[in-house]
Amino acid sequence: MLTALTACGDDGDENRADREPTIELPDLSGQNLEVAAVWTGAERDNFLRVMDEFEARTGASVSYVPSGDNVSQFVGSKIEGGAPPDIVMVPQPGVLREFAQNGWIPPVGDLVQEQLDANYTPGWQAVGQHEGEQYGVYVKVANKSLVWYSSTAFDYAGVSAPADWDTFVDTAWTVWESGTTPVSVAGGDGWTLTDWFENIYLSQAGTEAYDQLIAHEIPWTDQTVTDALTTLGELFGHNQLLANGNGGSLQTDFPTSVTQTFINLEVPDAAMVFEADFVGSVITDSTDAVIGEDALVFPFPAVGAGDPPVVSAGDAAVAVAPNGEASEAQEAMLAFLASTDAAWIWAEGGGMVSPNRSLDLAAYPNDVQRGIADALISAGDDFRFDLSDQTPAAFGGTTGQGMWQGLQNFLRNPDDVQGAQEYLESQAVSAYGE
Amino acid sequence: MASGKAVIRARPWAVASFLLPALLLLGALVLYPIGYSVWRSFFDASGDDFVGLDNFAEIFANESTRTALRNNLIWIILAPTVATALGLIFAVLTERLRWATAFKLLVFMPMAVSMLASGIIFRLVYEQNPERGLANAVMTTVHDTFAGSSSWPDAEPRPGGSLSAQDDGSYLLDGTVSAGTPVLLPLVAVPQPELADAEPAATAASDPGQVTGTVWMDFTRGGGGTRDAIDADERALAGVTVQAVRDGDVVAEADTAADGTFTLPAEDADGAQLRLAASSFTPPYNGASWLGPELITPAIIGAYVWMWAGFAMVLIAAGLASVPRETLEAARVDGANEWQVFRRITVPLLAPILAVVTVTLMINVLKIFDLVYIIAPSSSQADANVLALQLYISSFGAEPDQGLGSAIAVLLLLLVVPVIIFNLRRLRRENQR
Repeated sequence: MLTALTACGDDGDENRADREPTIELPDLSGQNLEVAAVWTGAERDNFLRVMDEFEARTGASVSYVPSGDNVSQFVGSKIEGGAPPDIVMVPQPGVLREFAQNGWIPPVGDLVQEQLDANYTPGWQAVGQHEGEQYGVYVKVANKSLVWYSSTAFDYAGVSAPADWDTFVDTAWTVWESGTTPVSVAGGDGWTLTDWFENIYLSQAGTEAYDQLIAHEIPWTDQTVTDALTTLGELFGHNQLLANGNGGSLQTDFPTSVTQTFINLEVPDAAMVFEADFVGSVITDSTDAVIGEDALVFPFPAVGAGDPPVVSAGDAAVAVAPNGEASEAQEAMLAFLASTDAAWIWAEGGGMVSPNRSLDLAAYPNDVQRGIADALISAGDDFRFDLSDQTPAAFGGTTGQGMWQGLQNFLRNPDDVQGAQEYLESQAVSAYGE
Repeated sequence: MASGKAVIRARPWAVASFLLPALLLLGALVLYPIGYSVWRSFFDASGDDFVGLDNFAEIFANESTRTALRNNLIWIILAPTVATALGLIFAVLTERLRWATAFKLLVFMPMAVSMLASGIIFRLVYEQNPERGLANAVMTTVHDTFAGSSSWPDAEPRPGGSLSAQDDGSYLLDGTVSAGTPVLLPLVAVPQPELADAEPAATAASDPGQVTGTVWMDFTRGGGGTRDAIDADERALAGVTVQAVRDGDVVAEADTAADGTFTLPAEDADGAQLRLAASSFTPPYNGASWLGPELITPAIIGAYVWMWAGFAMVLIAAGLASVPRETLEAARVDGANEWQVFRRITVPLLAPILAVVTVTLMINVLKIFDLVYIIAPSSSQADANVLALQLYISSFGAEPDQGLGSAIAVLLLLLVVPVIIFNLRRLRRENQR
């Protein structure tokens, strides 16, 4: 028994040997915490390493429950059943606001706020707020402004990663000339098309217009939308630039768009595929490509005079307390998750990007992951959350209607910018209930 | 009959107690849900506010439910008739077959597969890529057997270069050519594996008696080549047909050699325009876009017929067995040919069973959901939409509105009622006979 304990202590010391703890946690011996999140598999295992550290420091015991995709429904039914989880990771800003409105989650306490002020920019704090009160802590974010490319295809064409949109289009043409289809588009999944549009729009029209479009304060028939779609049309308007052409793209789902780019390392079917950092896990799971050698990544190019866009999504940790008061253990957990100590352990496991600006980039396990995190952190508060996630679900997240269908129509017929805009506007009007 | 009535009069409570369990079950599982759906269809999404017939108005105002209605109409006309017709053909033909049972078993087998599984099967069958989708694999194989394939299907001129693509698929060189000056015909976009065996491109010899030139892949591996010039590592495109055209007529033609060069006699080609024939670049035939917006509904109906033709066949074959042989024999003796026998004797005698099969399939088709949900990729789901799917999306989708969902359910019920009444009447008539 004694040997076992000593061994454990040694392990912990080795882990933390080169880092001073940045947070003091209370003694929570004998307390139990239940944490719910959507993560499974490797993502969950990586998170559990963070929980182990929390257990070691406080003496509390933590259990993990997978919440399934519909977090809102999961928490709602658990509260009705009288046994809600203590901490929940909510994947959309809208869900956090809904929870706050229902009174399911209390505002965070001083201990958490202290960590937030130390480690989070005002922008990253704001996305966890509702009506000026801080309710959640963004712990794990996705950078949705990345273009992954096959090094074979780029070497063959003799091109390098482009920095702005015009160079990007030129690069695509050069790659096409070399005999490789330049871009793989997952048009079968409407959400990837919304991400294409959002990146261009954020960079070209700027953050202010982006926020107004979310609130539908400017219509989808606006000139800024025309410009963004016209820009997108420089790529989508040429059948030969898209893997399997426009029609084939519409039947390509997201995993296929990644595998067709990286499964054949000698003669790739496509040179580039755009999407978030989680493309990396598809590459690792379903192809033999090595990230950092065969599969490389560059930030989404800046459009026009704008800055390179940073569109993100992420999970916010919130404490569930329908009675309105968070326990000491819940507070401690949130504070720990907001601390650099937790971010470090989490980041070194790979597959995650932390919005914690105090985190040394050295924590990330490889250059690709470090580059993704760097792009996100150096964007400061100019990052924006996924636009479609913040619109009503009928507009931004439903198959066969709204933005998904509107952009699929555009991919099918890229010359008809006006038609696409009119469709989007009519869908927006009915979804926003105006 | 009489004794039955006596029991009812003597012991009504006994009758009631025997019926009670069944009535309770029917009430709880059929009547109550129907009643509640009708009730619910008059309320809004939250279920708190009475909205009258607004939900029903919404069905006809909404673009996607209108598509669903239209598709349901196509389904109810096409699917039962095709399945019944195929079933009839199979049933009549297998009657004469030695291995009839084995054949029937084979046709009936898809019925044993669940809708979900056959949906997945047909999703794969209809894939666009001929290497994955069976339907297009068959179509391309048949097509290529007759049409053959071209040598450089991917080669294209650089946009804005001296060659321009014509509507017929050929590439026309700007300006006219003259003998003695070698012509450059640069193409790009040939995939690297296709070039593996190609020879390096050579500059054509200058000969005043001939028009000469080179067709090659104007891209140096790794970049760095000069545009519109034959660089050291660039590969020749052999076997391309070069035509000299004067006033729209081909006056001379030649194929490029292994090093990409060609020669045309000066007397014909001097001063003519050069064209690369379309036959060298015809893109490979890729089959039909089964899962695209135009073909999706017929494609799914195809999958449905595959499943249900067997069902129709088995019922019709059973009906066929009870058709009196003497009638058929009599007709044959009177000199009717097989087609006339089928048309005038078999089909009329089978009419009741054909009607039953068609009506049963109609009821079945009205509530079609699984096949459409699984086969249609999300980009064409809106085009393949049917009422049952819209019911599911409206009630349990991203923005649930169970009021609207209930209204669609009520509409489906109303559509099915005439068919059921037809079936009941028919049953009653049969019983009276």
